[in-house]
Amino acid sequence: MTTTLATQSAPPRRAKSLPGGRILIGAAVPLLIVGVWWLVTGPLNLFTATQLPAPQSVIEAGVGLLDGGALFAHVGVSVQRVLLGFLFGAAAGLLLGSLLGLSRIADGLLHPTVGAFRAVPSLAWVPLILLWVGIGEDGKVLLIAIGAFFPVFTSVHSALRHVDPHLVEAGRAFGYHGTRLLTAVQLPAVVPPVFSGLRLALAQSWLFLVAAELLASSEGLGFLLIESQNNGRVDRLLLAIVLLAILGKITDALLGVIERKALKTWA
Amino acid sequence: MTSAPALEQPVSTAESAEPELPTPVVAPESLSVKFNDVGRAFGGRTVLRNVTMTVNPGEVVAILGASGCGKSTLLRAVGGLDVGFTGELLIGDRAVSRYDERTAVGFQEPRLLPWRSIRRNIELGLPRDLEKSAGKARVDELLDLVGLSDRAHLRPREISGGMAQRASLARALARQPGVLLLDEPFGALDALTRLKMQDLLMDVHASTGTTVLLVTHDVNEAMQLADRILLLGCPDSDPAEGATVKSLVTVPGTRPRNRASQDLARLGSQLYAGLGVDSH
Ligand SMILES: Nc1ncnc2c1ncn2[C@@H]1O[C@H](COP(=O)(O)OP(=O)(O)O)[C@@H](O)[C@H]1O
Ligand SMILES: [Mg+2]
Repeated sequence: MTTTLATQSAPPRRAKSLPGGRILIGAAVPLLIVGVWWLVTGPLNLFTATQLPAPQSVIEAGVGLLDGGALFAHVGVSVQRVLLGFLFGAAAGLLLGSLLGLSRIADGLLHPTVGAFRAVPSLAWVPLILLWVGIGEDGKVLLIAIGAFFPVFTSVHSALRHVDPHLVEAGRAFGYHGTRLLTAVQLPAVVPPVFSGLRLALAQSWLFLVAAELLASSEGLGFLLIESQNNGRVDRLLLAIVLLAILGKITDALLGVIERKALKTWA
Repeated sequence: MTSAPALEQPVSTAESAEPELPTPVVAPESLSVKFNDVGRAFGGRTVLRNVTMTVNPGEVVAILGASGCGKSTLLRAVGGLDVGFTGELLIGDRAVSRYDERTAVGFQEPRLLPWRSIRRNIELGLPRDLEKSAGKARVDELLDLVGLSDRAHLRPREISGGMAQRASLARALARQPGVLLLDEPFGALDALTRLKMQDLLMDVHASTGTTVLLVTHDVNEAMQLADRILLLGCPDSDPAEGATVKSLVTVPGTRPRNRASQDLARLGSQLYAGLGVDSH
């Protein structure tokens, strides 16, 4: 009893006294890196501009691309591809993972096959996609969806397989079955592992986006990478990398916000 | 009724025109449990055999036996959690059905859903056709009965083991079962909490009048709580034959019993002897 009283009346965390304290700490190392980067390129002059351009030239490159609207076009098209591919792949992973996780029959029938497909390194599908779908918008989104599918499928499937049988039995004992059991016990129980799977899938999506855009594209951040390499524009190349880092971090943080909300309700 | 798995009665038992009376926590009717030559084997290994006895409505029967002798197996059969038994098992005058809605189980572990508050966990036990407001009123009453009203908003991990068992008991009572099945519900609790829970169970029984089947391995607990004690055991000659009713004794006196009574002490040594333990 005393323990619960203690947790109930526990004072607000110390971190509250420093709003944004965690963000400040987390930003320290990136700022340091930029500082060192500036130092070795500018004042110390250790690198030529073609080896490693200064941070401010990267910003200038960004501003330059901003003018014609090209930057927004690259970013927009890449984000769109990632989101579409992630949504399709994650949805398929959720569906198939739930089906195989809940039904012994479906699992017996399909799991060996899905397992075999999972054993193929996803990029090995590229030539086939090129032949069958082409590497237009559809092909790229498909490749990203393949990348997003497996982490979600695996996490949903194994989480549903490992829902505490005691809880499921308790649910059944109180008259729950079918969809009611699913929504009352099984789905809430798998929320935390499923979100880990989704976040992994999002990271995979960005990876496969770059792969797809490096292969063939006329816009997007991957195209910016390869074009800048061809033109020797290391400043733009670094810009694309920084943008990929920022976008990856932002989308992951958004998913993290949803995850925290879900965990608050379900875990 | 055959035991088609996970088949519930049709949901749409058209709402009766009867006005909803204030629902008492009291079970509408406590039911009898009749075992007629009940047995259970798992893959050729007999665990239980020839269990025949009748539990009267409103009675508290403790099931006592060595660990692994089939106490839980017997209880699970009554709750319809396990339908692989042989023989006949009647609750009231109807055979037990899959996950029988006339019974409710309090498991050895509280088995609360960690993502739900205590109140929402107790709600899980409400009968499906109960009106929302009536359900809320019943949960309020149950929270009060088990002394968790001020903890209703907490999650299971934020309360102690004893409180979790009380919540689990309240959840089992929420459907006003005709037969309450408790499987070593206090087994994992410390001695003091355990005594308090035994008192609570006596209160619950006094106010609900429901039939109670209580599995325990604690002789004193059985003597304190039960009207009759069913001792399960294997014949000493051949333990592989499976457990059956070794003895069925009526506990002398009425609850609450004086723990120091001579009669109880004598019964206690009898029971210990039946369990194969020497008591002096
Ligand atoms: N589902 C099952 N499958 C196989 N064996 C089981 C199963 N359930 C129980 N048993 C066996 O039945 C015996 C009795 O178990 P149980 O009823 O849990 O004992 P108790 O509750 O008295 O400790 C044990 O030997 C156990 O291994
Ligand atoms: Mg047991």
